[in-house]
Amino acid sequence: MEVTDHLFRREAGRMVAVLTRVFGMHNIALAEDAVQDAFLRAVEVWKFRGMPENPSAWLMAAAKNRALDILRRQRTAKTFAPELGRLLESEWTLAPVVEELFAPQAIKDDLLRMMFSCCHPRVPEEAQVALMLQILCGFGVGEIASAFVSTRSATEKRITRAKKVLAASKKLFDVTASAEFSARLPAVQRALYLLFNEGYHGASPETAVRTDLCREAMRLNAILLENPLGRVPTTYALAALMCLNAARLPSRVDAAGNLSSLFDQDRTQWDQQLIVEGQALLDLSFTGTELTEYHLEAAIASVHARARHSEDTNWVDIVSLYDRLLELRPTPIIALNRAIAVAQQAGPEKGLSEINSIGGRERLATYPFYFAALGELELRCGRDEIALQHFAAALKVARNPMERRFLAQRAKACSTLHDTTRPRA
Amino acid sequence: MSEFTYLFRNGAPTSSPASPEQMQQTMNKWMAWFKELSAKGHLKEMGHPLEPSGKIVTGKTVNDGPFAEAKDLVGGFSIIQAKDLAEAAEIAKGCPILDVGGSVEVRPSRKMNM
Repeated sequence: MEVTDHLFRREAGRMVAVLTRVFGMHNIALAEDAVQDAFLRAVEVWKFRGMPENPSAWLMAAAKNRALDILRRQRTAKTFAPELGRLLESEWTLAPVVEELFAPQAIKDDLLRMMFSCCHPRVPEEAQVALMLQILCGFGVGEIASAFVSTRSATEKRITRAKKVLAASKKLFDVTASAEFSARLPAVQRALYLLFNEGYHGASPETAVRTDLCREAMRLNAILLENPLGRVPTTYALAALMCLNAARLPSRVDAAGNLSSLFDQDRTQWDQQLIVEGQALLDLSFTGTELTEYHLEAAIASVHARARHSEDTNWVDIVSLYDRLLELRPTPIIALNRAIAVAQQAGPEKGLSEINSIGGRERLATYPFYFAALGELELRCGRDEIALQHFAAALKVARNPMERRFLAQRAKACSTLHDTTRPRA
Repeated sequence: MSEFTYLFRNGAPTSSPASPEQMQQTMNKWMAWFKELSAKGHLKEMGHPLEPSGKIVTGKTVNDGPFAEAKDLVGGFSIIQAKDLAEAAEIAKGCPILDVGGSVEVRPSRKMNM
């Protein structure tokens, strides 16, 4: 039987989290080595013996045995988790204490603890996301580098630096201390949001890689929702945003492997179960007094999800949601998305003038969909020549073959329209 | 049909450790390979993976060992049936250990005939 569904990757996070609890945050490298050993052992044994009945339990038991081994051999030379201190030093207490640490509920807390540890205030946001991917999601450095379209050495450096910060912390993050928990929660939510976005909007040409990132963000956010302190309206908003956007993932690439814009997507492919779940989460998110960007982005996704055809979209609602989003986070990308919505509501000329008045719009010069938006709107105004120039500019900054194919096809649409009497879309 | 023993050696460890996903893929390849050998009637005995350390007994003394370099250590063995040595070696070319810089030593069993 083949081991599927990323078993190793998924278990890696749980194993590193619990071993770090046993060894202490300063020994995170030791925990990672022990997990590597457990996997090597699994590969050696399973390939001859076949899969055990419960592979997760087998791996966790292998990690536990490695932990006991290391604790026995190195307890005089090393200090392990200071919180456990003397309990690990005596053979009387060692085994029962370790047994307790490997209980399922304890492991869940360890995952949550690790999530908060990764979002240390002295670790930059991008590195927090990379850390989560490596420690909690079991991604290798090479896999993270390719997901972020970065080089292996740059990614390695970023992660090593971040781990040094973690290893320097004197104690583990206390997930039961409500003040500390609430203080760091926004950073954790932000990192999960960035992780999801890297999957949803990122530059990786691999659809499968990007779907994986979205899925991992949703999995980690679900862990956050399981905790009473993490189960707050903003976390629900984040969950709603993820569900409602992920529902559209199946239709973002068409059968021929080409990128499909929101207007052209086959909406029958949208995941109805995720939409229903997302709407319910969105309702739960409005039970507090807070209105965050996650609430607004989820609400925008919800308006799209409710439109069976692109023409049925309530653009008035979407523009007003973007207005409020722009107040909370005035970035050129959000202003661009708002302008596109305005164009749908009030026509392409209005949309173009909105784009042209975006403050700091030179920052969009490396974003292919900025030029693509200009191209689409000029095309709709019948100025094919100008549209073509914009698509050419978009092509120059396209980040992967899929984007290039999409933009080349749009550029071709300009000349086709120019040459023939085909009606304009 | 003759009998051959495959001795698997992992080779030198790579500079960057394999990711969990890569290790899982390696394992899946092994399982698929053994399944194929078995389906084609080549697998006499699957054999065992071997622990990297044990004892070496020489004369009346028992020492820890072996102390060969990691890359030279036999990591496991299987017993294969094939027409001749050439076929046994050909079959070994499909072993996933070769993808990660390892090797398969193919040794015919000695026959009883004189």
